[in-house]
Amino acid sequence: MLKQIMAGTALAALSVGFAAAANAQGAISDGRIKIGVLNDRSGIYADVAGEGSAVAARMAAEEFGNAIDGTPIEIVVADHQNKADIAANVTRQWIDREQVDVIADVPNSAAALAVQEITRDKNRIFLMSGPGSSRLTGDACSPTGIHWTYDNHALAAGTARALTEEGKNTWYFLTADYAFGHSLEEETTAVVKELGGQALGSVRHPLGNSDFSSFLLQAQGSGAQVIGLANAGNDTTNAIKQANEFGITQAGQTLAGMLLFISDVHALGLDAAQGLVATTGFYWDMDEETRAWSAKYQEKMGSKPTMVQAGVYSSVKHYLKAVQAAKTDEAKAVVSKMHELPIQDMFAKNGKILANGRMVHDMYLARVKAPSESKGPWDYYEIVRTIPGDSAYLDAAASGCKIAQK
Amino acid sequence: MMELLGIPPQVLFGQLLLGLINGSFYALLSLGLAVIFGMLNVINFAHGAQYMLGAFAAWMLLKFAGINYWLALVLAPVLVGLLGVVLEKLMLSRLYKLDHLYGLLLTFGLALIIEGMFRHWYGVSGQPYPIPQALAGGYNLGFMFLPTYRGWVVAVSLVVCFGTWFMIERTRLGAYLRAATENPVLVQAFGINVPVMITATYGFGVALAGLAGVLAAPIYQVNPLMGSHLIIVVFAVVVIGGMGSILGAVLTGFMLGILEGFTKVFYPEASNIVIFVVMAVVLLIKPAGLFGREK
Repeated sequence: MLKQIMAGTALAALSVGFAAAANAQGAISDGRIKIGVLNDRSGIYADVAGEGSAVAARMAAEEFGNAIDGTPIEIVVADHQNKADIAANVTRQWIDREQVDVIADVPNSAAALAVQEITRDKNRIFLMSGPGSSRLTGDACSPTGIHWTYDNHALAAGTARALTEEGKNTWYFLTADYAFGHSLEEETTAVVKELGGQALGSVRHPLGNSDFSSFLLQAQGSGAQVIGLANAGNDTTNAIKQANEFGITQAGQTLAGMLLFISDVHALGLDAAQGLVATTGFYWDMDEETRAWSAKYQEKMGSKPTMVQAGVYSSVKHYLKAVQAAKTDEAKAVVSKMHELPIQDMFAKNGKILANGRMVHDMYLARVKAPSESKGPWDYYEIVRTIPGDSAYLDAAASGCKIAQK
Repeated sequence: MMELLGIPPQVLFGQLLLGLINGSFYALLSLGLAVIFGMLNVINFAHGAQYMLGAFAAWMLLKFAGINYWLALVLAPVLVGLLGVVLEKLMLSRLYKLDHLYGLLLTFGLALIIEGMFRHWYGVSGQPYPIPQALAGGYNLGFMFLPTYRGWVVAVSLVVCFGTWFMIERTRLGAYLRAATENPVLVQAFGINVPVMITATYGFGVALAGLAGVLAAPIYQVNPLMGSHLIIVVFAVVVIGGMGSILGAVLTGFMLGILEGFTKVFYPEASNIVIFVVMAVVLLIKPAGLFGREK
């Protein structure tokens, strides 16, 4: 790390002179396109994003031969350890000293909100795949921030709508006690209420909690028809596993993992996970294209990609296309190219970026298969329906983003 | 219906029972720590990693050798304990002459290395480990649903805790051990092989952590991070109980499990710090811990 920093500093110092000259020609600053993949590489979201996101970003770069018009593409990675202050420090250091042009991924909404502030101030692009908070394209939106893979509004719109329409209209929440969990609970409650349902209450648990039995007991005591898990990663898998143990689903309550990744299903095993409903932005087994890409990914990582990892690939690829078309890496120019160019790849069909930075694409409602239905490892989801992008995501005017209201 | 402090009694009793269940993990883990500290004066920071190793050993035995839970309950702690013996022989035994701090740093470093390796190999999502068939299901107690497996955990933990306490406080072997910690030279002079006894004690303490890991595997995912989540809490338990006090470790483990359960009813957000608040208060009032002796 120290070596990298020193090398980076030296490089940055060297390239200051070149950068000035290069900018004058409107070309690419400092002679390289540097992409920083910042995420949790050791904590509870390391399998959701982690090294897999870096691999996905590298796969995108490889498709351009690791260079655009002779300018090399370089990918650097860092671990934010789910801490907003570390995320902010790395981002500042990357931008100020290492000439990083774009920050990608950043799961954990608290960390992403911190990065959004800095990239907005310093005019760098922020491609969000991991975080869920809808604030990132709402009151905290940025002209250079693009939210790619999913958000809490889409998750709520998918899962909560599906279950409430089935007649399950009283909800109780187990909520991870930080920005992401709060926002997911709020968004879901809004959807449930809109459809005539009722939120009976919630309990907020610390992030990275291992024992959920107390909270589950409270949820059970509430008598709600649905227990909404407004959390992610290991928190979700532990809660689901322990809900099985306490006979909660057998007693008639439905468990809804508001944010469930395929890595979570893999970790739980189908025995424990079967029947869960989830909203996802990507599933590897959708069509020829997704299967081909995911097979390539699996060769490198040994697992199928989560929607976050596939989203990193898609967002980085679109960014590189825009740089190629704009012939510059100046953030505003590239962003406007990204808005302009059609988004068409294995991840998103007919995607579009709204004025508030929201990339709108179709989402999918999936039901986890029973062990008897699954044909092998990673054959986990049955796609119940496609949720058209326009109904999954808020439109820019309603998002509360000031840029979009001009 | 009668309510206690605004909470329906059903919920309250339910939380009490859950607290007892969590407390049995705290008790089992802090017992191992207390044994190791009491007899060896080593602050075993690798305890969390050894607990995780126990869970992984059970998972590996099942996955690669098809060995079921019941055999793993014996085999996994033995394997982990043997690893502890190797560790003690190769590394820890060289540090006894130095300050406590060296043992702490060594074991802390080892914990980081072990956890890092498992994280690298197996990721952080965890591996599934099923509840054994015989212990599946549960009982409806009226005020809550008690999974059979959790009841089993409490029973095992109580038996093991009592057995360990009995062995150290009431048997001849225990008497030798306690004497050896007070004055190893004198005990050696009586013809008792003190180094072997110390190695065995460390191995036993580590095996206790391994056993807790096997017990935990079906409840939590088998996860490389499971130990680091727990170790700090368990240390707090040992400090509150009094470093090295076996009885203190066990009783405080159960007590704090219950206290945590209550906090989860009244103010869930504070549930992961309440133990440290108690620790701070106890250290101010009784620095040696509730059951510790002032030296």
